[in-house]
Amino acid sequence: MKPPVSTIGSMPISLHAPGPVMSQASAGTAVGSATHCPYCALQCGMYVAKGEISPREDIPANAGGLCQKGWTAAELLTSPERLTAPLLHGSPVSWDEALDYVAARIEAIGAAHGPDAVAVFGGGGLTNEKAYQLGKFARVALRTSQIDYNGRFCMSSAAAAVNRAFGMDRGLPFPITDIARADAVLLAGGNVAETMPPFVRHLIAMRSGGGRLVVVDPRLTQTAKMADLHLQVTPGTDLALALGLLHIAIAEGYADLDYLAARTTGFEEVCTSVSAWWPERVERVTGVPVARMREAVRILGEAERAMVLTGRGAEQHAKGTDTVTAFVNLALTLGLPGREGSGYGCVTGQGNGQGGREHGQKADQLPGYRKIDDPAARAHVAAVWGIDPADLPGPGRSAYELLDALGTAEGPRALLLFGSNPVVSAPRAGHVARRLDALDLLVVSDFVLSETAAMADVVLPTTQWAEEAGTMTNLEGRVLLRRQAAAPPPGARSDLEILRGLAERLGCGEKFPADPRTVFDELRRASAGGVADYSGITYERIAAETGVFWPCPETAGEPHPGTPRPFLDGFATPDGRARLVPVDHRPPAEDVDEEFPLYLTSGRVLAHYQSGAQTRRIRPLTQASPEVFVELHPDLAERLGVAPGDRVRVRSRRGAAEGVARVNASIRPDTLFMPFHWEGVNLLTNPALDPTSRMPEFKVCAAAIERCAEDGERVA
Amino acid sequence: MRLVVVGNGMAGSRLVSEVRARDKDAKITVFGAEAWQPYNRVLLSNVVAGTSSPDQVRLLDPRWYADHGVTVRLGVEVTAIDRDCQTVVAADGTREPYDVLVLATGSEPVVPPIPGVERATAFRTLDDCERIREAAASARSAVVVGGGLLGIEAARGLAGRGVPVTLLHLAGHLMERQLDEEAGLILRETLGALGVAIRTGITVSAIRERHVELAGGELIDADLVVLACGVRPVVGLARDAGLEVERGVVVDDELRTDDPSIFAIGECAQHAGRVYGLVAPGWEQASVVADLVTGADKGARYRGSRLVTRLKARSVELAAMGETQLTEDEAEIVRFSHRHNGTYRKLVIRDGRLVGAILLGETSAVGTLTQLFDRGGPLPGDRTGLLFPDLAGVGGAAVADSPTRMPDSARVCQCNNVTKGQIRACWESGARNVEAVATATRATTGCGSCRDAVEGIVGWLCEQEGVSA
Repeated sequence: MKPPVSTIGSMPISLHAPGPVMSQASAGTAVGSATHCPYCALQCGMYVAKGEISPREDIPANAGGLCQKGWTAAELLTSPERLTAPLLHGSPVSWDEALDYVAARIEAIGAAHGPDAVAVFGGGGLTNEKAYQLGKFARVALRTSQIDYNGRFCMSSAAAAVNRAFGMDRGLPFPITDIARADAVLLAGGNVAETMPPFVRHLIAMRSGGGRLVVVDPRLTQTAKMADLHLQVTPGTDLALALGLLHIAIAEGYADLDYLAARTTGFEEVCTSVSAWWPERVERVTGVPVARMREAVRILGEAERAMVLTGRGAEQHAKGTDTVTAFVNLALTLGLPGREGSGYGCVTGQGNGQGGREHGQKADQLPGYRKIDDPAARAHVAAVWGIDPADLPGPGRSAYELLDALGTAEGPRALLLFGSNPVVSAPRAGHVARRLDALDLLVVSDFVLSETAAMADVVLPTTQWAEEAGTMTNLEGRVLLRRQAAAPPPGARSDLEILRGLAERLGCGEKFPADPRTVFDELRRASAGGVADYSGITYERIAAETGVFWPCPETAGEPHPGTPRPFLDGFATPDGRARLVPVDHRPPAEDVDEEFPLYLTSGRVLAHYQSGAQTRRIRPLTQASPEVFVELHPDLAERLGVAPGDRVRVRSRRGAAEGVARVNASIRPDTLFMPFHWEGVNLLTNPALDPTSRMPEFKVCAAAIERCAEDGERVA
Repeated sequence: MRLVVVGNGMAGSRLVSEVRARDKDAKITVFGAEAWQPYNRVLLSNVVAGTSSPDQVRLLDPRWYADHGVTVRLGVEVTAIDRDCQTVVAADGTREPYDVLVLATGSEPVVPPIPGVERATAFRTLDDCERIREAAASARSAVVVGGGLLGIEAARGLAGRGVPVTLLHLAGHLMERQLDEEAGLILRETLGALGVAIRTGITVSAIRERHVELAGGELIDADLVVLACGVRPVVGLARDAGLEVERGVVVDDELRTDDPSIFAIGECAQHAGRVYGLVAPGWEQASVVADLVTGADKGARYRGSRLVTRLKARSVELAAMGETQLTEDEAEIVRFSHRHNGTYRKLVIRDGRLVGAILLGETSAVGTLTQLFDRGGPLPGDRTGLLFPDLAGVGGAAVADSPTRMPDSARVCQCNNVTKGQIRACWESGARNVEAVATATRATTGCGSCRDAVEGIVGWLCEQEGVSA
């Protein structure tokens, strides 16, 4: 296939290798294709040339920085662990054989049990094109309602809360560079120093300009160590803390009453509801001293420009939606959202965690951030797809509910899985593995044999990041262009090609082009008029402008400039006002007791990404962080007789996992921490779901710990 | 179910909203003797101090009752319970039948029987706060009678308004139920520095026009007199109805009185011999009763509360919990006292568990101690970290360790996993500045926060070179 090349003015845009792009920074030295990192939502700009990576200076998110994951990302392009032939029941077969088998099984299962017997599971790392195509494939080719994705485990709580408050869910509703100009930032439940290190550049710039950083975290993380104030909250009590901060803000006169009157509704009820959360009560629940809460409020309240940011630590709870709502209420009471230089934002996690939640791989959603139960949305999207709106399925199960239903009498019997590794990353993962095992057909598209792929009937070897083109929408809502920088290994096919191949066999191949630009152009039409409107965004514009902020509708005359700060003139609600919604604190779904006396929380380390399927196959990263560990406080270690480096076993009501003890005073004495990049902690986590977002409670459950004897036997 | 609640204070209103959250259909009627919507009594000191407005202490919006189908009778007192007919009788003559009756009548201020006491203002209700605020606007002097929690908060609030205040206390030291003598003394000095004159061991004999007269005949200027001499449970209704009453209305672990269809919660209730004067127990009790009467959790039981007292007075940090006055013979005591600085910290430990604590002056340990006290969690062998959490080896911003003392294995750049040893090796192969080190090792290219540390190491290595050369 000949690479499509188009031009803007005199600038050629090549989406395929080699097509070298000149680095402005390096004064004319060819340094490779200008693209973006394969990992987190910061989507650092990087050049890739012949397996060498260097940072781009022209992308504001990283401004020339890269972490170790980014620097070493190219190692996976040539990894011997790369899959290059489809596997059918573990044996290499031809693509025709694999796709014929999958299509035949899908048809047979669908014929026997109905279209909802075939399910699709996507990922927040997939490009916009793939996420869009996956949603369309489920609804048009499979006609199943059963599609959801691992982003449900990341962004769903923030999305639900922010949609309710602002009418639009764009992670940061401002350019990331606004952070450097802020006078105060409160970051609740985010450890950006490890999860997206170049983000810290913006915080450092803020602090060197006199701005102050407040971090809420049960651990003194690398990020908390940089903070001017650390609120070391008890796991599962962020909501109470937010209510207490709001109580103090109102009592101390920091409420911006003019702003509240002009731009919001609901303040009065919220004001009443936080009366019950006076600081001393909150202190008893959260363990955060009143004086520190007051200090945090003073820092925010006295700032000219202030931001409230949340991360997964606050969001991955069975009350995550309400926790985010409480932090949004705080931001609104202080008059921050929709004011230049201030605001509320959630720090999106996965590479395309933003775009991936906009274009229809979510159970209740259609492209353009449309709702699948909205008749107008169905009519618009059905027209783009050339089908009758009545043929569009309705909403399906959310991610954990979908996984939990697999292979049951009422649940799906076949699953097609793209860009995810739920055996490691889903809550109560032991149970999830048993559900996957109960399927009649499991098909996994991946470029390495992940733990989930190892269970599959059919594994389809796919291309990865630098071997294909597509768009990613980063944590700012900036749509970025990922260019092809290397040729895929023979035998690998892109997900778009895989979907086309399957669609052809299911009799609708013409509806599933495999070329990313063609898919993007269709996505633009499908998103037109929606909340996340991409219709005015083209590959050429992204290249020329190093990214375009959505919403960006197509216009007849002057092109729409994109929307860096969508709320300046009004919120995306019907009346243009933001909504304050009263919420109340409640304890974790599973609190500590005598049998399980410790809180267990989970999170990330710098050297790894998500389930580790990629990063655990890169030597410098496994050297930096070789194995699963359990972080515990010296007081607890002393009581258990655990020394640093000992093997310990952590148990919950759902399972047990072992790890190496890291004894560290930076964690609360009542709390254990385990990273989730390996099979382990998610055998223990609690799948209790948020009633609104269906987010599982990853961040807190009750656990017990004991030292393992040298021979692996338990110590009494 | 027809539920009638007598009392619309913190416990009663909490019960009503908890029941409604569990049962959308129950017919609920609540009587409140005060004309106000329920409000947060805990915050009344803030109202006196002027740090909260009366609007901000509201617990339920006026609209809440209509929105949730609850009948509210504000300013209507219940005068009798007709237990035979399962009906309450209100002062206006109306009768309200019940299947379940919950008494949440609260408590009333103790008014000492001294001449002129009618000139004083109690400190209990929002109306009282309004009176105190009004009087404080023109008062040139004020006296607060009673040196417990509320009296101190009132005195501090008045001093904050610029009114010269004298606090008179009968016992030998302030908050004698929560504090030991030394803590009481240090608290007295702290308050003194904030403009509250304090006299302990004092008996008031009369309240005169513009003065308070002490037992010895001494007169103290007082345009405004606030009484904070404690509270007693309001039990008349229960007693008249023939329910078992001691100090409070006697209830079992289900908060049930000796009449199975009548419950009592909050400050009017007496459970296991104890009457609680704080909000938290009342709310715990409300939750248990709501579980029981709606059937949401028939096994719910109340087992008593652990008390944590937090003084809400600007610039005075004080937390006290549990048994603070045990002696060395009875318990293990850990104590730090720095009277000059207004600091006092005390732990009372029995069987390896925290059973009491006082933190005065600086309360950074309060979160940890409260949770250890609440949960009875095991304590670390070394107790000092509990008293001085900030010295426990953590805290503070990440400062580059001195390059000389740092071991070669120390990770300098977290983002790219670069050790001091690698930087040294890089220097030995010729790198003489941060940029050269960054190119070779990628140190500083992630978040950039290690730049100073790398600069320090390179500079130190260059210096060493100069020294040895």
